[in-house]
Amino acid sequence: MEEAIARVHRAEWARVVAALVRRFGDLDIAEEAAAEAFATAVERWPADGVPANPGGWLTTTANRKAIDRIRRENKRDDKHRQAQVLYGDDLLQSLGVVDDERLRLLFTCAHPALSMEARVALTLRMIGGLTVPEIARAFLVQETAMGQRITRAKAKIKAARVPYRVPSAEDLPARVSGVLAVLYLVFNEGYLATGSDTDPVRQDLTAEAIRLTRLVRELLPDDGEVVGLLALMLLTEARLTTRVSVSGELVPLGDQDRGAWDAALISEGLRLVRERLATGSAPGRYQILAAISAVHTSAGDAARTDWSQILALYDQLASIDRSPIVALNRAIAVAEINGPEAALAIVDRLETALAGYHAFHATRADLLRRLGLDRKAREAYDRAIALAGNVAEVAYLSRRRDECTSTP
Amino acid sequence: MQYLVSVVADKANSGTDEEMAAIDAFNDELQREGYWVFAGGLADPSTATVIDNRGDEAIVTDGPFLESKEILAGFWILEAPDLDVALRLASAGSKACNRKLELRPFL
Repeated sequence: MEEAIARVHRAEWARVVAALVRRFGDLDIAEEAAAEAFATAVERWPADGVPANPGGWLTTTANRKAIDRIRRENKRDDKHRQAQVLYGDDLLQSLGVVDDERLRLLFTCAHPALSMEARVALTLRMIGGLTVPEIARAFLVQETAMGQRITRAKAKIKAARVPYRVPSAEDLPARVSGVLAVLYLVFNEGYLATGSDTDPVRQDLTAEAIRLTRLVRELLPDDGEVVGLLALMLLTEARLTTRVSVSGELVPLGDQDRGAWDAALISEGLRLVRERLATGSAPGRYQILAAISAVHTSAGDAARTDWSQILALYDQLASIDRSPIVALNRAIAVAEINGPEAALAIVDRLETALAGYHAFHATRADLLRRLGLDRKAREAYDRAIALAGNVAEVAYLSRRRDECTSTP
Repeated sequence: MQYLVSVVADKANSGTDEEMAAIDAFNDELQREGYWVFAGGLADPSTATVIDNRGDEAIVTDGPFLESKEILAGFWILEAPDLDVALRLASAGSKACNRKLELRPFL
C-alpha cells in the first residue's frame, strides 16, 4: 500500500497542485491543500483501498481542504483568478505547447524574477512533490532556512503577481531555457554531489531531474533543447554506477568499465540525439552537449573515442556559448588531438575567469602531469582539492597528487 | 496592479540629451498603451530634508536619510496586469534611460 501511495504521489502530485493553483490562484493554499489530501490518502486508503481514480479523488479532497481553509480565513479566491490572462488552445498549439496546468506551474516556479536557489527549491516542492526536509537535505541547508526560502518565493510570486501561465511566444525560448537550467542544476547536484558527509552521487536527485525533464518533454514536445537536455541526462545517468570506485574514488570517463554502463539508457539517449540530428535545425547547447556525450558513449573503449568529432562539437558549442567553462572543456579535447602542451596554453588563458573553479585546477593539474611537470602538477592538484566539494573527487585528486613524485 | 520602477544611478539629473529623448519616447508609448500612472526625475539627494514629527515638535534635518553610493534618481509608477508585462516595460525603460532599474509591486 505504501508503495502504491508513493506511486500515486509521484504521478499525481504536480497535477493536483497545478489544478488548485489554477482554481484558487494561490501557491500556498494549493501546496497545503495538496499535502493534506495526500495525508488523508495515507490514513484512509489502507482501510478503504486505492480509489478507482486516485488523481480525481485527491483533487476533489484537496479542493475541499482548500475551500475549508479559505472559509476559515475568509479569503476570496476570485481576485487573483481575474488577473490571469489565459491563452486559447490555438495559440498554445501553434507554439507546440501542450495545454497542461503543470506547465503553467513550472513556468511560475522557474520564473526569472526568483533567485536560482528559490527556483530550484520551489520546482522540487511544487512540481516534484519533494518535502521541505527532503529538499533541505538535498542542498545541505537547514530545514527552517529551506522552509523560509520557499515561503519567501511564494510570497514574492503573490505580491509581485508573477503570472500563472505559459509565457508569450517572444518570451518562450528564454523562459524554457530558464526551466531547463533549473532541472540541469538539480541533475548536476545529484551527479556530483557537494558536501563532505553526503554520498558522492545522489541518484535520488538525478532520477528526479530526469523524471521532471520527461514531463517537460511531454508538455513541450517540439522543443529541441528539452529533448537535448533529456538525452544528455540519460547518457550521463547511464554511466552513473561506474563513476565511483569501490574504494570511493571518482573514476574518470576514460577509466570507467564501459560494459557496466546502462545499455537501455544509452540506447534511449542515442535515439533522442539522432532524432534531433534528423530535424536538421540548428542545435542549442543542450543538444550539442548531448551529441558530445553520444560520441563518448558510442566508443566501445576509451582509446577509440572520436576526439576530432568531439572537438568539432565543442567548436560549435563555443560559437554559441562563450563561457570560459566551455573553453575549458574544449581544451580537454584539444589535449587529445594536439597534445597537452597546446591544451595547457588554452587553459592558462582562462585563469582569471576560472581561478575559483576546482575543475580548472584539476584539468590544469592533469595536463601538467602528462607533461611530466610534477611539481607544478602537485600545486595545481592542491588547489583543485581545496576547492572541490565532492568527496569522491577529492579522493581521486589526492591519489593523483600523491603519484606526482619526480622533482621538476 | 501597480509597480514602482526606481531608477538606480550614482548621480541625479545626469541624463544626456539622447537619453532624455529616449525617455520621452518611452513615456509616450506608456501613455498610448495605457500603462502610465506617473513618472518623474528627482533632484540630488543632497537637496533632501528629513522631517521627524513623531515627538513633541517637528525636527528638521538637512540631507538624505540614507547616504549611499547608488541613489534613487527618478521613478515610474506603472499599471500592468502582471509581473511579466511589468518586466517587459521595465526592460524597455532601462534601455531608454540607460540606467539600472528596480521593479517593486505596490501592496
